[in-house]
Amino acid sequence: MPKITAILQGVTTWPDISWPLVVRVFLRNLRVFLKNWKANLMFNFVEPILYLWAMGFGLGIYVTEIHGLSYINFLAPGLIASSAMFSTSYEMTYDSFTRMNYQKTFHAMVATPVSMDDVVMGEILFGTFKGMLYGLVFLVVTFAFGLVESPMALLVPVPLALLALTFCILSMIWTSVAPNYDSFGYFFTLIVSPMFLFSGIFFPLENLPMGVRYLAWATPLYHAVEVIRPLVLGTLTWTGLVHLALLLIFVALTIRIPLAMVKNRLIQ
Amino acid sequence: MDNRLDVSKYIIFAENLVKRFGNLEAVRGVSFTVSPGECFGLLGPNGAGKTSIVKMVYGFSPITSGDLSVFGESISQHARQVKARIGVVPQEDNLDPELTVVENLLVYAGYFRLKKEIARERAREVLEFMELTEKADTAVNNLSGGMKRRLTLGRALINQPDLLILDEPSTGLDPYARHMVWQRLRKLKEAGTTMLLTTHYLEEASQLCDRLVILHQGKILEEGTPEGLINSHVGKEVLELGVGPEDRSTILAEAADLIKDNQILGDNLLLFTNMGEELAASVARLTATRGIEVNYRRLRPSNLEDVFLKLTGETLHSVPGDD
Repeated sequence: MPKITAILQGVTTWPDISWPLVVRVFLRNLRVFLKNWKANLMFNFVEPILYLWAMGFGLGIYVTEIHGLSYINFLAPGLIASSAMFSTSYEMTYDSFTRMNYQKTFHAMVATPVSMDDVVMGEILFGTFKGMLYGLVFLVVTFAFGLVESPMALLVPVPLALLALTFCILSMIWTSVAPNYDSFGYFFTLIVSPMFLFSGIFFPLENLPMGVRYLAWATPLYHAVEVIRPLVLGTLTWTGLVHLALLLIFVALTIRIPLAMVKNRLIQ
Repeated sequence: MDNRLDVSKYIIFAENLVKRFGNLEAVRGVSFTVSPGECFGLLGPNGAGKTSIVKMVYGFSPITSGDLSVFGESISQHARQVKARIGVVPQEDNLDPELTVVENLLVYAGYFRLKKEIARERAREVLEFMELTEKADTAVNNLSGGMKRRLTLGRALINQPDLLILDEPSTGLDPYARHMVWQRLRKLKEAGTTMLLTTHYLEEASQLCDRLVILHQGKILEEGTPEGLINSHVGKEVLELGVGPEDRSTILAEAADLIKDNQILGDNLLLFTNMGEELAASVARLTATRGIEVNYRRLRPSNLEDVFLKLTGETLHSVPGDD
């Protein structure tokens, strides 16, 4: 218990944020990203395309329809969300951990007028940007495959931003207590991959037993998928706003936590 | 008390500074001041508390207790303003390895919110001063260790700091690269830059520091100028003698009036003196007449290392009959 108190120390205080400097931290990461953005973009985005092909065209032949949709129509919008989730999570675990521990980038920044809260907020901003970028690139792919049914798809950045923010927060929290790179395996195996499989991307949740279905409702990915799919297919209803509101509430309630936890880890 | 007036005179004012990590007390009541234009050194072995002290000075780690003002301000209350006037060279290079040399400088200038044109101009000056102009577009990953160090030092100058903090600036460098760094630091010193320097290289401290403190286990053992400390503790010269333990007391007793102090170092007896030639002659006579076997004999100028050995040797393992 005292350990948890130490890790969360300051979580109820107002963070020390200077937005112009948060933007500088973001721009620093962007600059590094642009050094080899082609390679970066390629890897993260080939994977969902493989899924789209393998599952959509391969498996899709045996699945006649889901909710009156061809399987690939059902699948593609979900992959927009998962693409964003994965890229944000990789960035905010392995890459943030490298900056935090090996390159000591955070230490270099806080020796200037930048505060540790600025650094972590800048990281979160960059993780959000990256998630949105990969999600939107996949939206373009979906469009190219002729799977976008509605101009409402232009609103996809809204749920994507909230989804990416959510995973920035979760990943940063994990990174702030991670002892080494290996520990991220647990994060991906225990948290990210199960969400990928059970958040209504590959099949509707009503196929799941009741207990598991409640679990899925508790995951942020599910709520994002439930907004993105109707936007892409043009079938949005008011329940979409409920899903968005839940994501927003989650972000608002938790964003202070990684700021405090990273600071408590690095500053002693 | 007009304490405030007093404090604002100094670039750094530290009184009874304490830093505790859990049960470990890394800094145990350290007091010192640094005046404008001065190069002040914190000298001590690894684990003496040097880095803990500088991290408090540049606002990285909060102080456990005591008083600390930088530019007359409390760093915890005015962190951003104070940090804007400091340049920090950390112990480990923490450059952006993927970015080029000049990009490193420009990105860092951004953290100080320097305007783009000013940042460019400063980056150009820094590159020239650090002799890195030719490497401006090389990625940091492809630089040698010495060049990285020079870039780290240059990066700390991008905001034209009123106080430059150097935590072991030349550790891990080869002699050539080290002298390159020292040359730059001397130039900065001549230009009037105030510096706080930590080092465990005694040569570095005596080359650069106007004044220094010797730290050991989180406490200040001594304070003074490099020469002052050498003169008061060990004298001008050291006679190193390889003699057996049984003969040491004889030599110490017979040559007592020429010896300022002494210390055992491994198999050798170190005699600190202001009269090296006389002592060497007298010891030579003594060993010849008494038939004392001397395996090793060397007279050399004393240095801060001897002061350090003298001061810490006593507290670490005091020799019976010493003093």
